[in-house]
Amino acid sequence: MKTNKFNTPTTKELELRNQKIPDGLWIKCKSCGENIYYKDLGKFKECPNCSYGMRLGAKERIEMICDDFEQINSDITVPSRFDDDKYQNKIKKAKDVTGLNESVITGFGKINGHKVGLAVMDSRFIMASLGIATGELLAKLFEGATEKQLPVIVFTASGGARMQEGINSLMQMAKVSEAINEHSKAGLLYISLITDPTFGGVTASFAMQGDIIISEPKASIGFAGRRVIENTIQQRPPEDFQQAETLLKNGFLDAIIKRSNLKSELSKILAIHEGGA
Amino acid sequence: MSEEKSAFEKVQKARNSDKISIQKLVSGLTNEFIELHGDRAYGDDSAVYSGIGMIDNQPVTIIGIQKGTNNEENVERHFGSAEPDGYRKALRLMEQAEKFKRPIITLINTPGAYPGVDAEYHGQGYMISQLILKGMQLKTPYISVIIGEGGSGGALALAVGDCVWSFENSIYSVLSPEGYATILWKNSSKVKEAADVMRLTPEELLEDGIIDKIIPEVKNDTDIENFKNMILNKISELSNMSVDDLLKKRFARYRSFK
Repeated sequence: MKTNKFNTPTTKELELRNQKIPDGLWIKCKSCGENIYYKDLGKFKECPNCSYGMRLGAKERIEMICDDFEQINSDITVPSRFDDDKYQNKIKKAKDVTGLNESVITGFGKINGHKVGLAVMDSRFIMASLGIATGELLAKLFEGATEKQLPVIVFTASGGARMQEGINSLMQMAKVSEAINEHSKAGLLYISLITDPTFGGVTASFAMQGDIIISEPKASIGFAGRRVIENTIQQRPPEDFQQAETLLKNGFLDAIIKRSNLKSELSKILAIHEGGA
Repeated sequence: MSEEKSAFEKVQKARNSDKISIQKLVSGLTNEFIELHGDRAYGDDSAVYSGIGMIDNQPVTIIGIQKGTNNEENVERHFGSAEPDGYRKALRLMEQAEKFKRPIITLINTPGAYPGVDAEYHGQGYMISQLILKGMQLKTPYISVIIGEGGSGGALALAVGDCVWSFENSIYSVLSPEGYATILWKNSSKVKEAADVMRLTPEELLEDGIIDKIIPEVKNDTDIENFKNMILNKISELSNMSVDDLLKKRFARYRSFK
């Protein structure tokens, strides 16, 4: 006999209903831990609670920033001499997920009408680690921009040097720096835009070599990884350690800019460097 | 040169405590040496041993990253891992060397930059990035020598010179073989296997064009004399070039890593 005047679903019915709810409607913010309804993230994928910008694919980032964009050297990829099966599988997976041949997209485009050379790293490609081809793409971008007399913006996100390519990946730090030197000597602007997460050899080279260095709220930025440090000092560093806000306080960033304001703020900086023209 | 060794033996020899200390090397190379301290911003990192001196009649600036010779020194120097103030001191002295047109010699024996909380707060990544960027532009001859361990970005920071040489018993790598085995194979005990595939021995590095020359291990006064002559010859070769040519050649060296 029914005691409830409403039709209470059985456990089985509840299970069936639950199965019909699609995944991914609620997203947990990596920074503050809040569960957010996906629509509340908005088109910039920012946490409404703490302003942390969710990780983006490189193509998605370019769409947010550029009016138009043309990729260059899209065919450059990992040198064939690295034929280790495990590494090859990793590369194949990364290519399938991102549709890219390497961990960075480079090219030329316009931001609110301002012409720029642009590089965006994609953390889904082997943690956007700095491989030989990544270094080559970045060096070629700076060289192209020097020739065209254009500023460069690099969106970094990377775990650091790519271990699989050994010391050659370390040498890319010097190679990219060399191209930045040439670009800088021509009196051209380089804006480094550090996004979550940027570590190791990328922090220790081009991420920190910008004339202007900007980050997004709550981005993790550092040289040594947190776990390495914990093992060395045998204690846990504070929560805000290696966070953009801490780097700003300590003097290593020019500004932290929310993703939704980034395009307009970047165009202002570009305009100032065009002499207001 | 000695018989063929396994890569892991090289790793052990590079780390061996009987490896000549940077201080001893400097005092053997120079007839005058004055240690210069401090980064003029924050502190004085004793992991970086640096100063000015004379090699025969040639004034030089020498910057070394050194491990300790005993426990106490090792604790003080973080076992040869420099902090940002050490790198800032190095950069300051490099720029000073450029002003006085003094050749720069860097002597490297470091497992890597120090992974500490303060190091991060004071810009470990930033300082390394600046040493790479500015080091490559210095308008004066710049010779880098890996003495023992050349560990990752912490070594590269002082190894962007006109030429990079390695001692016979040394290694130069993107990370330690222990780190490599842990990260790529999730098995820290596979150190030997890691050393085998990393191409970190001087012979392999020379073959791959990462270094330009292997220096016979320096153990006694005769070895130091030979090493000294190699340095003097290289300085005179580099000093005969115009600054433009010097920088062009240096840039080309680092642009070529594909």
